Amino acid sequence: MDNGAAARDQPPSEPSASPVVNEFTIQIATVNGSGSQTANLVLLRSIFQMGVPVSGKNMFPSNIAGLPTWYTIRASARGYISRKKEIDILVAMDPETAREDVLTLPPGALVIYDEPLRLSELRSDVTFVPVPFDRLVAPVCPEARLRRLVRNLIYDGILARLLDIDMGEMETALVRQLGRKAKATELNLAALKVGWEFAGQGLPPQRAFRVERMDRTADMMLVEGNAAAAMGALMAGCTVLAWYPITPSSSLCETLIRYLRKYRRAPDGACTFAAVQAEDEIAALGMVLGAAWAGARAMTATSGPGISLMSEFVGLGYYAEIPAVIVDVQRVGPSTGLPTRTAQGDILSTALLSHGDTKHPLLLPGSVGECYSMTMDAFDLAERLQTPVFVMMDLDLGMNTWMSDPFPYPETPIDRGKVLDEARLRQLGAGWGRYADVEGDGIAYRTIPADGLPPTFTRGSGHNARGQYSERADDYAENVDRLARKFDGARHFMPAPDVDVRPGATIGIVAYGTSHFPVCESRDQLREEYGVETSYLRLKAFPFHDALTAFVDAHDHVYVVDQNRDAQMAALMRLDLPGDRVAKLRSIRHYSGLPIDARSITDALLRREGQGPLAEPDGPASAPSARREQ
Amino acid sequence: METTNRLGLVMASYRGGKSTLCAGCGHNAISERVIEACFEMGIDATHVIKLSGIGCSSKSPAYFLSGSHGFNSVHGRMPSVATGALLANHRLQAIGISGDGDTGAIGIGQFVHLMRRNLPMIYIVEDNGCYGLTKGQFSPTADLGSTLKSGVVNDLAPIDLCAMAIELGASFVARSFSGDKRQLLQLLKAGLAHRGTVLIDVFSPCVTFNDHRGSTRSYEYVRDHEEPLHELNFVPFFEDITVEQEPGAVREVDLHDGSKVFLKSVAADYDPTDKLAAMRLLTDTARRGEYPTGLLYVEPDKVDFCTQLNLVDEPLATLPLERVRPPKSALDEIMESLR
Repeated sequence: MDNGAAARDQPPSEPSASPVVNEFTIQIATVNGSGSQTANLVLLRSIFQMGVPVSGKNMFPSNIAGLPTWYTIRASARGYISRKKEIDILVAMDPETAREDVLTLPPGALVIYDEPLRLSELRSDVTFVPVPFDRLVAPVCPEARLRRLVRNLIYDGILARLLDIDMGEMETALVRQLGRKAKATELNLAALKVGWEFAGQGLPPQRAFRVERMDRTADMMLVEGNAAAAMGALMAGCTVLAWYPITPSSSLCETLIRYLRKYRRAPDGACTFAAVQAEDEIAALGMVLGAAWAGARAMTATSGPGISLMSEFVGLGYYAEIPAVIVDVQRVGPSTGLPTRTAQGDILSTALLSHGDTKHPLLLPGSVGECYSMTMDAFDLAERLQTPVFVMMDLDLGMNTWMSDPFPYPETPIDRGKVLDEARLRQLGAGWGRYADVEGDGIAYRTIPADGLPPTFTRGSGHNARGQYSERADDYAENVDRLARKFDGARHFMPAPDVDVRPGATIGIVAYGTSHFPVCESRDQLREEYGVETSYLRLKAFPFHDALTAFVDAHDHVYVVDQNRDAQMAALMRLDLPGDRVAKLRSIRHYSGLPIDARSITDALLRREGQGPLAEPDGPASAPSARREQ
Repeated sequence: METTNRLGLVMASYRGGKSTLCAGCGHNAISERVIEACFEMGIDATHVIKLSGIGCSSKSPAYFLSGSHGFNSVHGRMPSVATGALLANHRLQAIGISGDGDTGAIGIGQFVHLMRRNLPMIYIVEDNGCYGLTKGQFSPTADLGSTLKSGVVNDLAPIDLCAMAIELGASFVARSFSGDKRQLLQLLKAGLAHRGTVLIDVFSPCVTFNDHRGSTRSYEYVRDHEEPLHELNFVPFFEDITVEQEPGAVREVDLHDGSKVFLKSVAADYDPTDKLAAMRLLTDTARRGEYPTGLLYVEPDKVDFCTQLNLVDEPLATLPLERVRPPKSALDEIMESLR
C-alpha cells in the first residue's frame, strides 16, 4: 500500500477519484493570539487517537498578537512525520495571507475559509468551502469577547465531518486539552458541534481526503522535544537549573521546573533542586559551572544568542574542566535572526565555541525520544569528560508536537565520572594532581569542596598537572595536548551513529537532528520514484565515531544534509575526518526558517547526481511555495 | 606555646601561598585580615570556598586559606559562579574577592543581582580606583577629579558600590580601609557570623599606579579622609564576654549565629539598621568628599537566597541517587498525561 506515492502522482482533483486516505496535510492560517492553538491541537490529537501517524508544526511569528501564523498537520499512513511542502487542505482565517495561501496550493486542494474573505474567485482548480464563522459562533457564544477564541473550534467540527474524523475523538481531545476549565470546555464543545452540523447541511460532500482508523499510534504519546528533554533532565538527577528566558528554549526550563516542583521535594516540602532564573545567559552558565564545580549536576538551556553570550564561560569550563550540560534549542541566526523559526545554525560555532583552542562534545538528538535520552546521557558524559556538553536540539524538535513511543525509565545508576575518594587517593598517592593524567585517557580525578580531600585551586589561567598557576611552555603544551587526547577519546563513548548501508549503493547520505525524518522519506522517494538506492548514516554526536570514516570510505558520494547556509556539519566533518576524504563530501543545505522537507532533499540530490527533474529545478511542485522556501 | 583557636588550629594553618602582588599593596593587608578573622572565628577551612574574578584583587584568594577550595573564574563573573556553588552546597562559607573594575565595570550586572538575591556569602571589593593589572587605568569607583599618574583627570562621578548594595538588598554592607587593621578585622568576623550577602568595600591603595598626589585612593588621601562611624566590637557567639556599655552610646546588633556587634558611635549617633539613614549618610559624605567607614547597613534577619529557595538541609551536591531520580511511577504519570 503506497498512499504517499498515489497522493503525489495523481493529485485528487477529480471528484470521482477514490479518496486519499490518511495521507494529507492540513494547514490552518490564522493570526497569532487568536486562540487557534487549542483547535489545532484538538485536530491533531483526534487524528492521533484514531491511530493515524500524525505530526504538527507551528510556524509562528516573534510576536504576541496580530501577525500571521500557520499550523500544519500532516497525517501519514506511511508514518512520514516531517514537513511536506504541498498543502492539501487549507483553513484560511487570516485576511492578510489568505489570498497568497490559496494561490500556492496544488490543484485539487480543499479550502475552508472565512466567508467574508471571498476567496472562491481566485481559482477554479481547488474546492472552496466558505464558512460564516461569525454568524455561526454568535448563538453558541453569548459573550462577544470570547467569540474570537471559540470560533476556531468550528473549523474542527467542519473538518471532522468532511474528513470523517470521529466526533467522539474530537470531544475527547478537546476535554483533554482544556482539562478542568469547565466553561471553556462547554463553549468550545458547542462550537465544535456547530461546525459539524454546518458541514452536514447542504455542503457538497468532499471525497478527496479521508481519515480512517488505523492502529499505528497505540501506546504512543504526543510530546514536544522541550518537554522530553525536561523529562531527561529530571531523570538524570539534575539538581541545579539556571536559565534565562529565550525562544525556543524557555518551555524546556519551565516544564522542567514544573516537574521538579512536583517530583523533587522532601516530605516536608523542601526542594532537592534549585532552579534560578538568572540575569542573563552568561550568569546562567556561571551558575551552572559554579554548581558543577561544587559537585551538583547542573544544566542550562538556551538558543543561539545565549550560546554566543556563554562563549566566555564555555572556554573556562573546557580549560578548567568543569562539567556542564547546555541544551541549545537552535533557532535562525545570525543575531536576533528569526527567533521563532528553526535551523541547525549553531553547529560549527558551538563545536568550537570560545577563544583559544577549544572543542566541545555535541549530542545530536533526532527525535523526541532522543531529546529525553540524550539530555539524560549528557549529564553522565559531562561528568565523565569533566567538560561542557551540548545537546543540539532545534526549534522544530523542541517546540513542535511529535509522536513517540514511551520513554524507558533509566535502569542504570548515574555516572559521576572520576571523582576522587580516599581509597583512590591512597592508591595514587603523590601521583594525584587535579590535572594529572594518571590513567592515560586524558581525564584526571577531581575533588569537590568539603569532601575532606586535598583542596584544589581552579582557574582559567595557565596551570600545571597539579593545578598550580603556571606560564611554563611545557606545562601549557602538555595540558592542552591532554585536553585534545581527552576529546579524541570521547568519540568512543559518545553515542554511535545509526548506519544503514544498502548493498550496491554508491550514494551515502549523512544527516542529523530533525533532518532524519525527511531523509527517511527522501530515501523512499529516491528508491520508489527514481530507482536510486542510498545508504544512510545518522550522526548522533561530535566528535565523530569511526563509523563515519568507514561510511565515507564505502561510498562514492556522501551527501551531508544541513539546515544552515554554510554546510556546517560538512565543515566539521572536513575538520575531523582523517585523510583525504573531503573530496567525496557533497552538501545539501536548507535554510528558510522552515523545517527541511523530503522533496527538497530528493531534488537536490538528484540534481547533483545529474538525474531526475533537472530541466526544472524549481518545478511546479516547489514553485508555488517559493515565497516561504527561498 | 602558639595560640590555637576553638578548633585547636594555629593561625599558620589559615595562611595561603606567597603573594605575588606588589610589596605594600593594600590587598595583601586584606588577605592578612581574612586569615586572622577565619582563625579567630575558628572557621573550618575545608568548608570555605574562595572565589574571584580577574585582576590583581582576584589573585588574592591564592594567598589565604590554602586548606580551602579556590576558584579564580572569569572577569566580572565571580557572582554567578559563587551563586551556583552555594546552590550546590549551601553549607559552604563562600568568600568572594573582587576589585572595583571586576565589580563596578565588567561585572556590575552580576554584582547587582547577587546583592538583590542576598546570597549568603562574603563579597569583598578590594577597591583601589584603578585597573592595576593593566597598568593603572581609571575604574568606575575613581573619584571625580582624581588623576592618573600621567596627569589624566577623571571626569566621571564614581559608582558607590555600598550605596548600590544597600539599595539592591544586601543585608550587611560595610566600607573599610586596608590600613585600618582593627576595623576591618571586626567587620570580617561580623561578616562571617552573618547569614546573607556581606558586602565590604575596602579601600585598598594601589602602591604602583594609584598612590600619587592627585589620586583619591592613595594611602595618604584615604587616611586623611576616612571617617569611622563607630568603634566596632564584635563578640562571637562562642565567647562569653560582656562589653562595658555606657547606656545610650552603644548600639548592639544581634547576628544570625548569636554573635553580637557593639557599635560605639564616634561622632553623631548612627543607626546601621536604618536604610534611609545609610543612604543619606553616603549621599552627604560623598558631597563633602569624606569616606565614612564601618558598618553602614545591616539587616540581620533578612532571608538569604538559599533559605528562600527552601533547599533540603543536605547539600544538593551529595544527595544520593534515590533522592534526585524520581521513581518510575513519576515518569509514567508524566507520560500518561501526554497520551
